[in-house]
Amino acid sequence: MIEIVISIFILLGGAFSVLGSIGIIRFPDVYGRLHAATKSATLGVICVMIGTFLFFLVIEGEFIGKLLLTILFVFLTAPVAGFMISKSAYNVGVKLWDKSIQDDLAKEMKRAERKTKQRS
Amino acid sequence: MLETVTTIVLLLMSLSILICFIRVIKGPTMSDRLVALDTIGLNLIGFIGIIMIVQRTVAYSEVILVIAILAFIGTIAIAKFIEGGVVLDRDRN
Repeated sequence: MIEIVISIFILLGGAFSVLGSIGIIRFPDVYGRLHAATKSATLGVICVMIGTFLFFLVIEGEFIGKLLLTILFVFLTAPVAGFMISKSAYNVGVKLWDKSIQDDLAKEMKRAERKTKQRS
Repeated sequence: MLETVTTIVLLLMSLSILICFIRVIKGPTMSDRLVALDTIGLNLIGFIGIIMIVQRTVAYSEVILVIAILAFIGTIAIAKFIEGGVVLDRDRN
């Protein structure tokens, strides 16, 4: 019975990882690829780690806290890494996709520039 | 049953790393390559987790943590490097 639960978790994790990779190769621009990479791959890794933790807890009878720590660490750091990548890509000047409709950050940056000019 | 499932998922993970590697080679800008490398790091964590189940050993749990930390720090460092050419800026103003 517990084997079925572990198998479901691990299969879900593998499927999410493959879906994230397909998103990375199919989306048209960097920001879309980040959308695929940071959500789907993170969920896949967390599912696989929960499966491994359950395997060692129930079948082998050992409690491994490091696997839980890995889950927490990946859950905390993957969004930060995605945010840093998107920020650096925008500041370097990577173009959005041609069919993207709106770019709110450009407006905000113009407004901030105007404010600093008025102050000085 | 668990052996079959682990084999299938190992194949899925290798396929996923291969697809990410295609993007690393092809990617038009540096940021694309960085996204794909970050995802390769995440997939490696899952890969080693399944190898732990296959070999029934606990020895790789530290390996998983170290790979997670190195992938995160490497991604942050390369992102800062792409942005300004400096990794640690000492501008306090």
